[in-house]
Amino acid sequence: MKLNRRIFMGNGVIAATALSAPTVFADGYGKPRVVVIGGGAGGATAARYIAKDSKGKIDVTLIEPSRMYYTCFFSNLYLGGVKAIDDLGHSYGKMAAGGVNVVHDWAVGVDDDTKTVALASGGTLAYDKLILSPGIDFIDGAVEGWDLTSQNSMPHAYKGGSQTELLKAQLLSMPQGGTYAMVAPPNPYRCPPGPYERVSMVAHYLKYNNPTAKIIVADPKPKFSKQGLFQEGWAKHYDGMIEWISSDFGGGNVSVDPNAMTVSIDGEKVEVDVCNVIPAMKAGRIAELAGVTKGNFAPVNASDMSSKENADIYVLGDASHQGDMPKSGFSANSQAKVCANAIRGSLTGSKIFPAKFSNTCWSLVHENDGIKVGATYEATNEKIAKVGGFISATNESADLRKATYEESEGWYAGITADMFG
Amino acid sequence: MYYKLALIFLVTLIYGGAYAENLISISRGAKIFEKCQVCHQIGEGAVNSLGPQLNDIFGRSAGDLPGVKYSKSMIQAGEKGLVWNSETLNSFIENPKRLIAKTQMSFRGLKKEDDRKNLLLYLSEFSQDGIKNKELEKSSKDKIHIVDPSILLIEGDLEYGEYLASECMTCHQRSDGDNGIPAINAWPTEDFVIVMHSYKKKLRLHPVMQMIAGRLTNEEIAALAAYFNYLK
Repeated sequence: MKLNRRIFMGNGVIAATALSAPTVFADGYGKPRVVVIGGGAGGATAARYIAKDSKGKIDVTLIEPSRMYYTCFFSNLYLGGVKAIDDLGHSYGKMAAGGVNVVHDWAVGVDDDTKTVALASGGTLAYDKLILSPGIDFIDGAVEGWDLTSQNSMPHAYKGGSQTELLKAQLLSMPQGGTYAMVAPPNPYRCPPGPYERVSMVAHYLKYNNPTAKIIVADPKPKFSKQGLFQEGWAKHYDGMIEWISSDFGGGNVSVDPNAMTVSIDGEKVEVDVCNVIPAMKAGRIAELAGVTKGNFAPVNASDMSSKENADIYVLGDASHQGDMPKSGFSANSQAKVCANAIRGSLTGSKIFPAKFSNTCWSLVHENDGIKVGATYEATNEKIAKVGGFISATNESADLRKATYEESEGWYAGITADMFG
Repeated sequence: MYYKLALIFLVTLIYGGAYAENLISISRGAKIFEKCQVCHQIGEGAVNSLGPQLNDIFGRSAGDLPGVKYSKSMIQAGEKGLVWNSETLNSFIENPKRLIAKTQMSFRGLKKEDDRKNLLLYLSEFSQDGIKNKELEKSSKDKIHIVDPSILLIEGDLEYGEYLASECMTCHQRSDGDNGIPAINAWPTEDFVIVMHSYKKKLRLHPVMQMIAGRLTNEEIAALAAYFNYLK
């Protein structure tokens, strides 16, 4: 186990044959092996819970290219000047102490015959159970004129870290009275970072630093989650600053020119200073390579998050097609625990308890003006199905809104501790 | 005559203890109310003092009386629909901070159920709605419990509790951190069970907790209580 980890941590060159031939070693290597791809809310949580609860009976390896994880949740608050970028960064330093081998590398392929994962560095890792939690990638050609090579001039800021920092830098360098455009995504999309919280937080920054600036949102949807609450907040805090163009008014008929910095909305060309393009999404590419996607996402069984295409592969979070849960970090974290319990049960015979899922999404409309929506879910034969839920009301008192924001800070501390130890 | 007196004497001798224990009376309630009088007035001419006056408390929204300096959490409770009736008052009086975490009412609570019944009966004398409440109580004497005593006796499954608790850990930190969301490790089992059932019955008002508790069975709440108590 120790030798194993040192090899992983040291140089990323993996002693693949040793790992795939467990009988060679008398003890330690005979343990069942779980490999987790993706160290976000789904993957990090699943890896940690399997290692923690199996008490060393399962060998757990997490493959994650980044050494620091920057959360998408609260990244809008960084754009709005409420949080600093350092508040969003988390290292994997405590994972090893929790019994998880962390390999900083890219998973570039899955061979389900030999049950191995290929790494960009050239090694392979063998698994008995494989968890995919790769998050999202963008669908090619989803926004006319935009592709990944445009992401520096027109950032998506839909993966935490450098993209978020780039968008913030562009926001800061907007000329007075300039225009910030957002091309909003169609359903289903990752959230957080919610597009409408982002609009609110960009407006929050502009209100104090560039009050004559404008925000245009071109939206391929006729409506969006928490719409009444957001629009109430926009009217209250940012009157006249935000123009939301829904699909009913041509918001879905959009093309962009990253060189000229123009956006065409329903045939009308607008010159913009910042353009945040959030294209339509699909499962992270490794899910496709593993052969578990159907359409844009990977269908899973609701009871344990196992792939409907491959019984030894599980898919968590944004990449999965599971039913009614939103593509949030909270959801991925919730699914990870159900999955961890099921995998541990199937590998060690521990008790498998019934699946229970929940999600709450907090959004910040303005400093100290927090709102939330949440629901609980259960596993049916078809999907993860919503059981009940709640949503903040319009016209709540300032005290309640502040308490809601403070609660979201508590949640952030809770979930990041739950993910990274 | 002597015969009758003797009989009463005999009956009192046999049943006296138990009878006195269970007697719910306005006069006993009035006696208990003396503890409340430091802050609360009731009856003719009662005005707000340190706490709100308590005429017509039954049917009144929490934190609703003009001119009273309520805690924020009491006002929020009212905004979220907390109305005082025999069930909510009973819960509040039993342990004020358990129902309204940051209430300004610095009173430890009446632990004895009969004390609470006596006090509620006394308070209801000064409420229009109280009359209805009294009739309700007559028809179902034990409705006043938040949690049936048998629920408190359920022994929780620690392993199941650990699994269920993983859902709590998304928001409640394992450490003592409690910015915005309280730490819940090492709570006394009985308090934990009562609090969760108060959410389940929507006596406590946090929507996330009502949602989470709402779908937990009595056994699952017991399992969670056992696990969090074990975490101390």
